[in-house]
Amino acid sequence: MTAEREPFRIPIGPQHPSLKEPGHFEFSVDGEIVTQASLRLGYVHRGIEKGAEQRSWVQALYLLERVCGICSHVHATAYCLGVEKLAGVEAPPRAQAIRSLVAELERIHSHLLWLGVAAHEAGFDMLFMHSWRDRETVMNLLEGITGNRVNYSANLLGGVKCDIDQRLADAIRAGLDYLEERTQHYLDVVLNDALFLRRTRGIGVMSREDAERLGVVGPTARASGVARDVRVDAPYAAYRTLPVQIVTEMAGDLQARFIVRVRELFETYRLIRTLLDTLPEGELTVRIPRRIPPGEAISRVEAPRGELFYYLKSNGSDQPERIKIRTPTLPNFASVLVLTVGRQLADVPMILAGIDPCFSCNDRMVAIHDTGEGRDRRWTWEQLRQHGIEVYR
Amino acid sequence: MEFNKTWQDMLEQLKTWARVNSPWAIHFNSGSCNGCDIEILATLTPRYDMERFGLKLQGSPRHADVLICTGPVTRQARDRLIRIYEQMPDPKFVIAVGSCALSGGAFQGCYNILGGIDQVLPVDVYVPGCPPRPEAIIDGVVKLLEQLKAGYQPAARRSGVLRPVPVPVTDAG
Ligand code: SF4
Repeated sequence: MTAEREPFRIPIGPQHPSLKEPGHFEFSVDGEIVTQASLRLGYVHRGIEKGAEQRSWVQALYLLERVCGICSHVHATAYCLGVEKLAGVEAPPRAQAIRSLVAELERIHSHLLWLGVAAHEAGFDMLFMHSWRDRETVMNLLEGITGNRVNYSANLLGGVKCDIDQRLADAIRAGLDYLEERTQHYLDVVLNDALFLRRTRGIGVMSREDAERLGVVGPTARASGVARDVRVDAPYAAYRTLPVQIVTEMAGDLQARFIVRVRELFETYRLIRTLLDTLPEGELTVRIPRRIPPGEAISRVEAPRGELFYYLKSNGSDQPERIKIRTPTLPNFASVLVLTVGRQLADVPMILAGIDPCFSCNDRMVAIHDTGEGRDRRWTWEQLRQHGIEVYR
Repeated sequence: MEFNKTWQDMLEQLKTWARVNSPWAIHFNSGSCNGCDIEILATLTPRYDMERFGLKLQGSPRHADVLICTGPVTRQARDRLIRIYEQMPDPKFVIAVGSCALSGGAFQGCYNILGGIDQVLPVDVYVPGCPPRPEAIIDGVVKLLEQLKAGYQPAARRSGVLRPVPVPVTDAG
């Protein structure tokens, strides 16, 4: 035997052909099999949490909406709910219902977007084009309600700024009818298409125990049989009076993640219809003080990708003292690093797409995985500062 | 074509013709909220279908004529952005998409933000909006192509900065 071979390392990113967002991966491979995976994030770290501290409570809303363009509404909702809790006010019922309605429409747009991107990873561009074409339906609805296709700014502190009239409600119902029919087709593809099954069935299997140990959230967890959904566990906004059925699958493989998301679309259609039928009458906003009383608040909402967590701290002034955001992709990333080991390199893009990663959501902090040396590197504050200055000059 | 044209000129004309008819583009997100990214993707899909102008989005900077940038430039992404730009063959064009790419947008004043794309690269087309509608992005691309037909020189050449900013050597990977 010769000396042990150096593992072959494949760096991917930050600019890469498949995902549209920058992230850097390094895979060690033995032949075609991945033996080690590591990840480097932070290319989209913009310093939003710090930036929000320099803005007033109202201005911070628009900054936080731009944490992520795909799920901007849930970020704003989480923030508004937190601030309202701090200020001791509650948005009127109609505003709560509209919040949930827009959030569910956003879930449709996000899931269809994901379906397309994931199909593209599998080399199934037909499905990509189809699902994105259908997604335009819901983009139209969102634009009709709020006036913008992305970053809709539907929320205000203490309410919402857009109303739903009869015409809009009819348009939404018509859109949903069309989408429901199409979703039936997608479910059929996901369940039965022979080529698609070969890329998804039995790949990236995560058992229920693993899912619980890794702390994954959202559809990724639900595909492994963990019935976890903030809309049910800790209802907020209109979900307090609107029961949500959790969609779970037991298989834990990639196919299960597809099925869960597509089935969730049906549940979302049902929720939107119920919301439209039972839309309470009344005001859209309540007054909220400019200076928020001192205190701390936590707010959790269910983003399309899982649990989104906000921590807010106020010192009684008109600016936040501290805002901490934990996005769903962060816990889900850990599962990718575990699941890819032992798999074919060709499966990696699919496994990665399976968690529906969102880098711009994610880059709140940078984690350094020092895989080579096998020990933790600890730096003092001074060293860290020095390193920062040297790297960025 | 006139008779007294040199071969050089004819070759240039041929190259422009080819370039205008099928520019290849590469997309890089240097810190965007991905709102702009999904709108760029949407331009490729059936309703908007940017490919009818010959523009194709593909993976490698070495094959690209047009760099479509979204988002403000973060400190981390700056070096990568410059590296990608330098790998592209000359002549190359830069389209900045979104308010962030124009000026830093909503993220102005955040500590990790350098500002718009033009802080780092010479930009040819600016497309404003947060995010710009797919129609606006297509309009930006078409404007660039029309300008090319009229003999437009890339911003990089006009300003004489072919190497944008010296890339600091880092060991950060
Ligand atoms: S311009 Fe708006 S949508 Fe585009 S990256 Fe910036 S914040 Fe996001």
